[in-house]
Amino acid sequence: MVARGLTKRFGELTAVDAIDFDVHTGEVFGFLGPNGAGKTSTMRMIGAVSPLTGGTLQVLDRDPATDGAEIRARLGVVPQENTVDEELSVTDNLYIYGRYFGMPRAQVRRRIPELLEFAQLTDRADDKVTVLSGGMKRRLVIARALINTPSMVLLDEPTTGLDPQARHLVWDRLHELTRQGVTLLLTTHYMDEAEQLCDRLVVMSDATIVAEGSPRELIATYAGREVLEVRFPPGHRYAGWTGLDGIGSRREVLADRVIIYGDDAEQLTSAVTHSGVEVASMLVRRASLEDVFLRLTGRRLIE
Amino acid sequence: MTGALRVLEGQLVAYRRTWRGSVITTFINPVLFLSAMGLGLGSLVDRGARLGSLSYLAFYASGLLAAQAMQTGVGDAAFPVMAGFKWSKTYHTALATPIAIRDLVFGHATFILLRVTLAAVAFALVAAIFGAFAVTAALTAVPVVVLCGLAYALPVMAFTASREHESALIAVFRFGLVPMFLLSGTFFPLDQLPGWLQAMATLVPLWHAIELVRALTLDAASALPWAAHVGYLTLWLVVGALLAPRMFRRRLVA
Repeated sequence: MVARGLTKRFGELTAVDAIDFDVHTGEVFGFLGPNGAGKTSTMRMIGAVSPLTGGTLQVLDRDPATDGAEIRARLGVVPQENTVDEELSVTDNLYIYGRYFGMPRAQVRRRIPELLEFAQLTDRADDKVTVLSGGMKRRLVIARALINTPSMVLLDEPTTGLDPQARHLVWDRLHELTRQGVTLLLTTHYMDEAEQLCDRLVVMSDATIVAEGSPRELIATYAGREVLEVRFPPGHRYAGWTGLDGIGSRREVLADRVIIYGDDAEQLTSAVTHSGVEVASMLVRRASLEDVFLRLTGRRLIE
Repeated sequence: MTGALRVLEGQLVAYRRTWRGSVITTFINPVLFLSAMGLGLGSLVDRGARLGSLSYLAFYASGLLAAQAMQTGVGDAAFPVMAGFKWSKTYHTALATPIAIRDLVFGHATFILLRVTLAAVAFALVAAIFGAFAVTAALTAVPVVVLCGLAYALPVMAFTASREHESALIAVFRFGLVPMFLLSGTFFPLDQLPGWLQAMATLVPLWHAIELVRALTLDAASALPWAAHVGYLTLWLVVGALLAPRMFRRRLVA
């Protein structure tokens, strides 16, 4: 998949502003960014449901403007919302969707049990969707996206709104897909999700791509190795910010804490202790994509 | 066209869940209305002998046959279509597949065609049992009734697609459907209305359908030549069929 100068405008608003990226067969490629960064608009253009305003796009070696139906026939799409018919059974939802692809009835019926097993919903086959938990519905939507055995699957925020257990189950299923050689494109505003799943990702902010690479490359380039988070007692915040100047390679001042970047956390900790600044707590952790995002945009992902 | 058939199949799979209720209504409603209005109220009307040799039951049943198709057509083109955009979002789901927008429109229209046909046949049978008119005559009117249903359904589908909020649909029922139902000759001949209302009623597709149905079931002379009535209904259908895919596209593709 190749995008060059990909642009989407809605009237005055530019949702996607001339972005370039490539996705290789078999990889997991992520779009990381806060809500409103242009991730979903990008996905909808790739999914051949939303026409480009500008630039060029090749999906599965075809042009969405002219070969939309052919592209959609080979894609799996997991939309942000669980657009399943709540009044119908799990099986009926899968059956109707399979028929939309023009698959023969017998083939759809054969495929459904395989998908239910993959999604761990076998014992829910005849239940109405309404009674399923959020995690089950999400797995149903993922299973549905696989009915046509797609070579590429688009997932728009696959685990937003799920509890940790349900998220891990979804991640596990997605790992299984990549083992089968399926190319995955996903959007997320969760750093841990991007780190868990993505081989490569782009960081999006305000309709543009601000960085690109593997999670490790991005962290090494933009955040460094280790991080010290310092919190202050009430009323001492300003003194805290200014007193820590010069410690570490870089500092980010947030509303509730200061984040100090460096290569050796022990050194950072002792520097803070010796600075005489009154602190409430200190926390050492590994640098993450959140730090990358903070560095690149000056904002946090989830505000 | 195969896309539209797949959409239709999806609707039929979904309909399997609710068909029992709707089939019962399809048969019970005509029985109730023909008993209460046709026989009950009709016995008073017939004493006044304003309809000549025609029984009120026959007059009313022929009007209601068409009016029922209008109600089914509008009903199925309003909230179920809004659901496809807003609630169950089945249209958004389908568009991620090779299904095209025209498939959504014409698949759903075909589903409405089947529903209107079923309701019309059921009504014709019930009315024949009541003795309103011969069953063969009633069945010849079914195509006209189906045309009436679709002449309403497609423009209403276009309208529904153009509205963000369902309150607009409630207005269609309140200010469109109910007056048309009451004042287009279903319950009494149009010449009972003041002149200006008569003129307005002739613009209502339902009136044209009723004229045709009465000509077919009661051997009554229609107000205009057949071709004019059929043509007017077809005009609404065609305008709706042209507008609905455009409105769907505007709503679904941004």
